[in-house]
Amino acid sequence: MSAVADTGPRTGLPRHLLAPALMVLPAVLLLVGVVLVPLAMTAMLSFQRFGQYTGIEPGFSLTNWLEIVGDPYFAEMFARTFRISGVVTLAACLIGAPEAYIIHRMRAPWKGIFLVVTLGPLLISVVARTLGWALLFGGRNGVVNKALMDLGILSQPIPFMFTEGGVMVALTHVMVPFMVLSVWAVLQRLDPKAENAAASLGASQFTILTRIVLPQVMPGILSGAIIVFALSASAFATPAIIGGRRLKVAATLAYDEFLNTLNWPLGAAVAILLLIAIAAIVIGCNALVERRYAQVFQ
Amino acid sequence: MLARSASTGTADAGNAPAFLALDGLTKHYGSHTAVDALSLDVAEGEFISLLGPSGCGKTTTLQMIAGFIDPTGGAIRLEGRDLVRVKPAKRGLGIVFQSYALFPHMTAAENVAFGLDMQKVPKAERAQRVRDALVLVGLAALADRFPKRMSGGQQQRVALARALVIRPRILLLDEPLSNLDAKLREEMQIELRQIQRTIGTTTILVTHDQHEAMALSDRIVVMNAGRVEQIGRPQDVYERPATPFVASFLGKTNVMEARLEAGPAGVEAVVGDVRCPCPPHLASDGRVALSVRPEKIAFADAGLPCVIVSRVFQGTYWLLVAQTPVGALTIVRPNDGGTPPEEGAQAHLVWRPDDAAFRKWDAAAGANP
Repeated sequence: MSAVADTGPRTGLPRHLLAPALMVLPAVLLLVGVVLVPLAMTAMLSFQRFGQYTGIEPGFSLTNWLEIVGDPYFAEMFARTFRISGVVTLAACLIGAPEAYIIHRMRAPWKGIFLVVTLGPLLISVVARTLGWALLFGGRNGVVNKALMDLGILSQPIPFMFTEGGVMVALTHVMVPFMVLSVWAVLQRLDPKAENAAASLGASQFTILTRIVLPQVMPGILSGAIIVFALSASAFATPAIIGGRRLKVAATLAYDEFLNTLNWPLGAAVAILLLIAIAAIVIGCNALVERRYAQVFQ
Repeated sequence: MLARSASTGTADAGNAPAFLALDGLTKHYGSHTAVDALSLDVAEGEFISLLGPSGCGKTTTLQMIAGFIDPTGGAIRLEGRDLVRVKPAKRGLGIVFQSYALFPHMTAAENVAFGLDMQKVPKAERAQRVRDALVLVGLAALADRFPKRMSGGQQQRVALARALVIRPRILLLDEPLSNLDAKLREEMQIELRQIQRTIGTTTILVTHDQHEAMALSDRIVVMNAGRVEQIGRPQDVYERPATPFVASFLGKTNVMEARLEAGPAGVEAVVGDVRCPCPPHLASDGRVALSVRPEKIAFADAGLPCVIVSRVFQGTYWLLVAQTPVGALTIVRPNDGGTPPEEGAQAHLVWRPDDAAFRKWDAAAGANP
């Protein structure tokens, strides 16, 4: 009897898998073509040698990886990258989460206006936003520095360009909207009556914030932190403009190796290492978040 | 009969000094009046329902008692002390919200313990009171479960335990049963009444469900468009509605035009061959609006002649529509084993004079609602 039932074409995929397979095919082709293949080629590139006069030499070599591990210069670059990302993430949490909550509590016209004001900068190029900081604080000719010095308040310009602090401030400015968005999404799902319930049970406004609102918003803050951290660690434009060639991070370092030194294999190794480090941190944090909040928020 | 008189005892506590007094309570939103000069005295231990359609101001009233909405005018006094300027956190009221408003990041026990924590109740006593509260609502076994893993009815019970554990001076219930299915709602009504009787907390329930209000309350406050239409015991509000709105909102009623004739014992209202004595203050108009509840109409050999238009079997009762010279009437007969007249049959309708309510005849409102 089973032979009678099984009369479909025996070639290729079983019939019930054919339609889904065809439907995901374009996405799979796109992913393979623009992400996986270049990524694999970059990874392979990082295992090739580079000679000053010979260029990229064929064959397999660990030279680049040994150089990255052995030279403290690279350790410093990566330490700086993750130091900046960590501080920016923390700052984005401290600024973005309260900002989202305050906007969430606003009345009708202001709520929309301030949400647009907050998220609007996402529509402007990162380069333009970062150049704004450079215009304000760039050396003696920066608008703010010049004004403060002309007024006699400062004798030296505020050190901003080519400093870690400068990169952190400018990156935080770029990243806060992502944190606001992430926290906003969670706030929308909150039952506002829960705050009333807590108040009726005798909780002060501060207790309501710390014990009712914050724990519920925590998943949003954490996922926002993951986004901000990953974007900060791989950010290129802002560190390139504020930090320049003097204060490099992993992304600008890889860029320089590719386009200035023309040492593509070393640049590829830096890029791959940055990718692995960010992926490990993001996946690790995400697993932590999911385990902590799984039973409460699914 | 004994139980009935016991329940009227608590309801008639109107002469005692009011435990909670609402005095001319008013709320305007711009030009819209949500609550219009509402006055109500609630006795200690009483179960009061605010009943009305949506937008009648019942929830606004509850929110003003709770302190989440500031009244435009009027006073709220609890044991003689003005509450209006007291913050919600200091009012000491227990509230159960329509959405339950449980804290999703806390277990059932943690939810219940929150109010005690705020009152700085010592740890051992807190644990004991949380356990007692969960036992009271029948959830002792689910103390460590998160709200998301509970059914609607279970979440409802946690919300009730959380409100009761702080020993509130008043329990406020905002449509607490409206998210439950019909069967569960009925069970919770009985349970809620028992719990309220056991602990004796003064309770104010907001509902749009007349059955719920009647099943639970000592007294019902029927509201419409921000105003009180009638305050009274469930039986009184149902049997002797003060306004046409109350009559139509609390169950169905039949309104008929009755002729007034002089009878042996004074003026009588006559519909077909059914005669009932008419209240003297309505006796001068020549006609009067007479209303009778569907379940108070019976079949007899003589009375108001009718033809049965439809007959529907509903299990515990029969629902009939009869065409009479004064309009179509709805009739509900209990399923007591007998069979009412079938569709198309001729019959006669009667009702006891006590079951008829009278109002001034108003031609525009005379149609059967």
